[in-house]
Amino acid sequence: MRSSSNEPDRRTPQKPNAARLRVYQLLLALAILAFWYAATSPTLLPPIYFDDPNKAAFFFGEPLKVVQRIWQWFASGEIYRHLWVTLIETLLAFLIGTVSGVAVGIWLALAPGASAILDPYIKAANAMPRVILAPIFFVWFGLGIASKVALGVTLVFFIVFFNVYQGVREVSPAVLASARMLGASRRQLLRYVYLPSAMSWVFASLHNSVGLAFVGAVVGEYLGSSEGVGYLIQQAEGVFDVNTVVAGIVVLTAFALALDWLVSMGERRLMIWQPRAGETERV
Amino acid sequence: MTPALALQGITCTFAAREDRSKRYTAIRDTTLVVAPGEFVSVVGPTGCGKSTLLNVAAGLLEPSSGSVTVNGEVLRGLNVHAGYLFQTEALMPWRNALDNVVAGLEFRGMARAEAHEKGRQWLKRVGLTGFGDRYPHQLSGGMRKRVSLAQTLILDPQILLMDEPFSALDIQTRQLMENELLELWSADRKSVVFITHDLEEAISLSDRVVVLSAGPATRPIGEFSIDLPRPRDVAEIRLTPHFIELHTEIWHRMKNEVLKGYAQQQQ
Repeated sequence: MRSSSNEPDRRTPQKPNAARLRVYQLLLALAILAFWYAATSPTLLPPIYFDDPNKAAFFFGEPLKVVQRIWQWFASGEIYRHLWVTLIETLLAFLIGTVSGVAVGIWLALAPGASAILDPYIKAANAMPRVILAPIFFVWFGLGIASKVALGVTLVFFIVFFNVYQGVREVSPAVLASARMLGASRRQLLRYVYLPSAMSWVFASLHNSVGLAFVGAVVGEYLGSSEGVGYLIQQAEGVFDVNTVVAGIVVLTAFALALDWLVSMGERRLMIWQPRAGETERV
Repeated sequence: MTPALALQGITCTFAAREDRSKRYTAIRDTTLVVAPGEFVSVVGPTGCGKSTLLNVAAGLLEPSSGSVTVNGEVLRGLNVHAGYLFQTEALMPWRNALDNVVAGLEFRGMARAEAHEKGRQWLKRVGLTGFGDRYPHQLSGGMRKRVSLAQTLILDPQILLMDEPFSALDIQTRQLMENELLELWSADRKSVVFITHDLEEAISLSDRVVVLSAGPATRPIGEFSIDLPRPRDVAEIRLTPHFIELHTEIWHRMKNEVLKGYAQQQQ
């Protein structure tokens, strides 16, 4: 308690304003980079832990070389082909996983008999670490795009499926009864009530499912492929080129952030009917 | 004259979900007949099965025994002659006000432009001109009720079933809505079954008030003809001596049932 003032301090802890926040964030990044640079440079500091001055750089890479590598990739245009492949795999996995998740989710939510029979299988399939399916997919679909898409689909499907299942079962009974009294047929109920309601849950899980589609693509590439950013990383790892591995990670992270941003934009456009917390509007 | 809606000897028994042998009878042997153009209110203590009765009339719920006839024909499946105004929020949150109002027309396959034109007219009639592009969450409770009302009335149902439609509104908004309802109703006299637990609301709106007993096994225990002159203003009519007479008379009959219902809820 502050005794100098009679009024208790009700102010919430102050958050720095936006501009200052950016400066702090930038400083933090610079500090990390500087530490990285200083600790891995073979010449700057005497070796602290490793007996050989080049070992730190060997294990952790060097920031300048990472930047150089990224620059080379984009300057030569070499990276675009790989990014494109990864993007295609991600999008296909996302689309196929979402569509099948929505279809199966709606079907099982409206068919209690089938859902009761399939329940243990769905639980088992969801509990299984699905990355181990990758070898099977390589056998089935080869080392091209298809096996990565299949891996991504198995990851995306369950997220979307569970959300849609939940969404359809939680349609407000009043909205449903009201639509029926307004004359909606079974098909119209599906199209105008169940589907929009389920889609709101799909959008709620959009960030997750796009992220997992991406994971499926990259992991698939890493395990066996001839193209894609995951392939680049795997190749570099094979020759202990840590700088290129880190460069690949940086590119992938930036790519994932861009995807996430796109999803947020789409969400804002499509979910206009949902209230946001603390939203006020001028009439 | 053939009644617009006739519920004859309706009994609704529900089996408990956990234990099939435990049964709960919501309504027993209830008869309710509504003439064409008649405004009937059904009042009763909370939890007495009023909504169950309305769901039976709408065809959303099949009674355990008894028959429902609409215009003299036995009801099978949904009651297509009826519009239903729900107690809870029943607008589709992903559709804006105009799209909600025209939903029924869309289900019937009306062309979009024509439906929207009609929808805008109805939004105007319920005082929501210019609010068509608002989503339900952007509207107040009273506005949402107006949208629901337009959504139901745009289909021109012959019978209007209303389940405590204004119970969630504040008293001023409520009286406004009641007056608007009477005005819309007097334009083309639909048959109305209006469920409420508010006796004053029931008397000020209706031609006839039916009082239900406390549940379980609810049944009608009294019927009162409301011979107040129309057109009425729901706020003013409450102050007239005849209204107070009617209120006293009906309340006298209801009081024991309300106390019974209250005692049951305390258990």
